[in-house]
Amino acid sequence: MNGLSPGVRRKTFFRGRRWPYHIGLTITALIIAFPLLYAMLVATQTNAETYSFQFTPGSAFWSNLNAVWVKRDFAGAMMNSLQQAVLVTTGKTILSLLAGLAFVYFKFRGKWIVFGLVLITLMMPTEVMILAMFRLVGGFGWQDTMAALVVPFLASATGAFLFRQHFANMPTELLEASQIDGASPVQFLRKVLIPLSWNVIAALFVIQFVYTWNMFLWPSLIIRDESKQVVQAALQTLTNIDGSLNFGPLMLAAVLASLPPGLVFILMQKPFMSGFAIGQDK
Amino acid sequence: MLILGLIVAAFLGPIFVWWKSEKPSLPRYGIASAAAVFGAAVTPIGMGQCAFAEETSGVDHLLAWALMAGGAWLALIVTQSVFDRRDGKRTGGGGVAGEIRTGGYRMGWWVPWLLLSPTLIILAVFLYTPAIQTFTLSSKLTRLGAPRSKDVCFGNFSELLITDPVRLVAYPLLAIGFIYAARLWVKRSTPDTWSRRGADVTSVVAMLSAFVAFYAMFSAGGAGQVAYRPVYLNTVIISVGIVVFGMVGGLGIAYLAFRQIKGGGVYRTLLIWPYAISPAVAGLLFFMIFDPTAGIFTYTMENWFGIDVPNYRESAILAQMAIILASSWKIIGYNILFYLAGLQTVSVDQVEASLIDGASARQRFTKIVLPALSPITFFLLVTNLTYAFFEVYGTIDFMTKGAPAGKTSVAIYEIIRVGVNNGDLGRGAAQSVLLFLAVIGVTLWQFRTSGERVSYGGS
Repeated sequence: MNGLSPGVRRKTFFRGRRWPYHIGLTITALIIAFPLLYAMLVATQTNAETYSFQFTPGSAFWSNLNAVWVKRDFAGAMMNSLQQAVLVTTGKTILSLLAGLAFVYFKFRGKWIVFGLVLITLMMPTEVMILAMFRLVGGFGWQDTMAALVVPFLASATGAFLFRQHFANMPTELLEASQIDGASPVQFLRKVLIPLSWNVIAALFVIQFVYTWNMFLWPSLIIRDESKQVVQAALQTLTNIDGSLNFGPLMLAAVLASLPPGLVFILMQKPFMSGFAIGQDK
Repeated sequence: MLILGLIVAAFLGPIFVWWKSEKPSLPRYGIASAAAVFGAAVTPIGMGQCAFAEETSGVDHLLAWALMAGGAWLALIVTQSVFDRRDGKRTGGGGVAGEIRTGGYRMGWWVPWLLLSPTLIILAVFLYTPAIQTFTLSSKLTRLGAPRSKDVCFGNFSELLITDPVRLVAYPLLAIGFIYAARLWVKRSTPDTWSRRGADVTSVVAMLSAFVAFYAMFSAGGAGQVAYRPVYLNTVIISVGIVVFGMVGGLGIAYLAFRQIKGGGVYRTLLIWPYAISPAVAGLLFFMIFDPTAGIFTYTMENWFGIDVPNYRESAILAQMAIILASSWKIIGYNILFYLAGLQTVSVDQVEASLIDGASARQRFTKIVLPALSPITFFLLVTNLTYAFFEVYGTIDFMTKGAPAGKTSVAIYEIIRVGVNNGDLGRGAAQSVLLFLAVIGVTLWQFRTSGERVSYGGS
């Protein structure tokens, strides 16, 4: 696949007027945005305003914010999620880089068996073994700890393959030059490979950050202590605020919970896409 | 019974090698025979031959036979791929590893192992161990947190299936026969004739018959049985709904958005951002929209169009549609992203040629664009299906919690309900194994059809 940079070879592709596309795209974008826009509107309202279908911003934004952010310590949940996402993403990237290095630049017995064992894990989503994992991790005494949210997710077959593919496409001269300089494998990784891999690292970062931040099932099982909970599962407890269903604070929390992954995704769109193009380039 | 099975396996091994191998030889026949016996013996001996005990039913026997056959087949595949490697022939899975450059450092043997050790340790402890434990748990009756457990052999599985072993064998065989017959017809017929069109339609119907066969194999309930049919049906309806909605919508929007116009980049961002939204938040947003009293959907339907909308959480169809809508809204950004990438690769020359030939816009789309996108479509089919199997949990948990009457309880939701909420670990594990088999089926199908492909799933 030839990159995702728009319009490289598309001079004469599809002629005609432009404005119908502008209109079509604007309407589509609005339809897609509608659920979030509506949630943002409700987030500023009291329950009474929501129930009376008031279509202007309501009066309760600050009290809603106070209700979730301070009273229910949503800030704490956001911090837990941030910590989890950063730890998992960093750990995964480092482990994947090391695995890619071993797979591409070393020759050892049983390499294809190890590779096969890592490859097979692509067929093994955590969810199908979640009951056994719950029992296992619970047996370690890791309930209500950050370790339970981070350690099981540190290894990544996807990442190892992405880096393997990327390294394998690099010129061999790089390695020869660094060997003449007497650099160790780890130095070679740090000084040569990583600076040439930022696109892939960024793509992996976006995928893993969004994946980790959005994790719901596992934390809701293993974390029972509300102060240790991550955002997605904390939302579940917010369906009950002051003894009833309060849409305003709930929607505000939903919007707040979507901000970090949304920002990461939008800000890192460019490197993310070019990294994807590398991954797709067979 | 066990001895009989092992003798059959001993004969099947050499036959398999003779059929698959280019250079069969006497020692290889011997090795294959031993491998098949080993593969067939592992599970029944591991389970203490419980399936052939006195009090077991025909279905238990059948499952035991199926497991022996599967074990033997797996052992033979592995053996054969070793033979192929020796011959220097690259095939399917082996080829993937064969592509690794053998290169570089001449250092101690332990250096690459040291580099790989963190990855391997994590995978062994947190992926392979629970995977194996899922299988062992599935043959037990055990409660969450309770140390005692009882072996029930295949009991957790046979209670999910119909009790008649004959029908249990007949349904899948019928479906497989149908699929092969349809394929044969497609091969025999010439393109662009009515016969080919008939064959194409038949092969689609044949594929659908596989879904029906599974439906018929699952138990509808009854004494000592678990009604798994509804769960299967919910999973199929919701998964297919999400995949079809998400992919057709994604392709349509991408086709609208990939043209070179002013502000194209801004539009693209505005279209793909739901990728970053979590399934749980997606569920929450649509929970608000569809709320029967406070939701804007009900309000507009009643006040602008005069349509009385029943509470979606009390209607099976509406609840399923709501789940499908929320989930495909979330996945559509991902699909648009990939289709936009795919559309860049559509050949400009072909499009120009078709413009000169005076092809209509529709012909251009179906004859040039769609075929060029088929690898992407296939890749998305698998990732969307995985999403629909697992990630949908968060959406369901916020929107319906399986209501009404379990009509939105899909396989993964049911696993948690049985295994965690009811604390029935063994039964939950058995259902996990079923889901596991479905995932393995889908992935193998992907590997076979497309060779190597990098997955961008989650983990």
